[in-house]
Amino acid sequence: MIEIRNLTKSFGRATVWKDVTLNIHRGETLAIIGRSGCGKSVLIKHINALLKPDSGEIYVDGENVFGMDYVGLRKMRQKFGILFQGAALFDSISTFENVAFPLRYFTEQSEEEIRKNVLEALEMVKLQNVAEKSTAELSGGMRKRVGLARAIVLKPQYLMYDEPTSGLDPQTSDEINELITMLAETMEITTIVVTHDMHSVLRIADSVAFLHDQCLHWSGSVEEMKTSNDEALLSFIKASEYQI
Amino acid sequence: MQVFKELGQYGTLMYQALRSSLEPGTYRSNLFQELVKIGYDSIPIIMLTGAFTGAVMTIQTAYQLESSFISESIIGAIVSQSLLIELSAVISSLVLAGKVGARIATELGTMRVSEQIDALESMGLNSVTFLVVPRILSGLLMFPVLYVLAASTGIVGGILTAYLTGALPIFEFMKGARLYFFPWDVLFGFVKMFVFGFLITSVASYKGYYATGGAEGVGKSTTQATVLGCLYVVTADFVLAALLL
Repeated sequence: MIEIRNLTKSFGRATVWKDVTLNIHRGETLAIIGRSGCGKSVLIKHINALLKPDSGEIYVDGENVFGMDYVGLRKMRQKFGILFQGAALFDSISTFENVAFPLRYFTEQSEEEIRKNVLEALEMVKLQNVAEKSTAELSGGMRKRVGLARAIVLKPQYLMYDEPTSGLDPQTSDEINELITMLAETMEITTIVVTHDMHSVLRIADSVAFLHDQCLHWSGSVEEMKTSNDEALLSFIKASEYQI
Repeated sequence: MQVFKELGQYGTLMYQALRSSLEPGTYRSNLFQELVKIGYDSIPIIMLTGAFTGAVMTIQTAYQLESSFISESIIGAIVSQSLLIELSAVISSLVLAGKVGARIATELGTMRVSEQIDALESMGLNSVTFLVVPRILSGLLMFPVLYVLAASTGIVGGILTAYLTGALPIFEFMKGARLYFFPWDVLFGFVKMFVFGFLITSVASYKGYYATGGAEGVGKSTTQATVLGCLYVVTADFVLAALLL
């Protein structure tokens, strides 16, 4: 379980958000929504302590991530897989090596086991035929899927997606949404998705957190969102041209 | 204020790099790659620069000392000593500030803005150990090696030019070079290259590691890394000369 307590963050004089409090329960899929620049990506980068807040705490499985030493932090981060917005693939190595990277550095697996696990992860994201390709040869959707294969290869407990469908065509977006749902179900992963794509939210999420006006403006289940009368939330949903 | 902030950031990065240099398992594979990129890949440009520097020095010194009262061997002495004490180290380092410094800043800057550094950290890998340490260590190890190459090709270039232009006989050049050869000059060259290697790779790593703002930001970091690298080389050259000679 992830508990975010009174988190406040600013860059210089610009406040990103203040006093954010949110619980993410084991096995749930949470969508963090909000306008561009409202700090959604900044929030998930706090969850595994890639960024530090001005104040507040985050507890992952009961441990405060900002109070951890280097070894503790390393251990905690290995519970997470992240799909970054641009996939963040290492462009100096092949697709296979990108997925194999966490296995080589954090496990004692033999070359044969690494090969088996990499191909298994690529198969889960339906990309078993691109293993030996250079990352430069991959399309946007393929890059995201390879990023996803790399994120799941260590079988994490938590999976965070930063704008998984941004820049993709509707069909590829649907495929990514299907993958997110399939991984959450088959691997029993707690999933956090940062997005402003309401179509995705309704396809994959159990609950929603809406960042607005420098704070966590609204949170609840998808069903509650559908019947909510909150003006800002309704305005955001309406602006996304999606009819509930 | 910004200067103090950057100095603090640079100091912190160097402290982290020093501390994590004790984890060779994390950066071993990258270290070998960097030794090749900084050392082996720089051989052609360093040989060319060294040879032309020696050649030009020989022609100019011969032109300036054209007198029947001065022994021709003095030209060999001046050229070889200038190359060993000053020119091979400084000119090579200025070239390497462009070649190596720009590459490091661009690579790390691109990794930063495309979230590859965040990806490393999010996996639980220390990005300073993995990326910065091997680059600085390779600079410390390979710059002195490249100095030997630059100085050697410089002297060979000088000898060949002396022969081809008829500026002075080869044996006169060699006589002067041998007569005024002091091992301390070579040691001084090594010390200089060690310092220049550290300055160029560490500043480039710092500029790249903290790059922000997309392609424009990476371009800015690369320019700053190259310009500051050159500036620090000439400044350190003066300080080392004042302290050690």
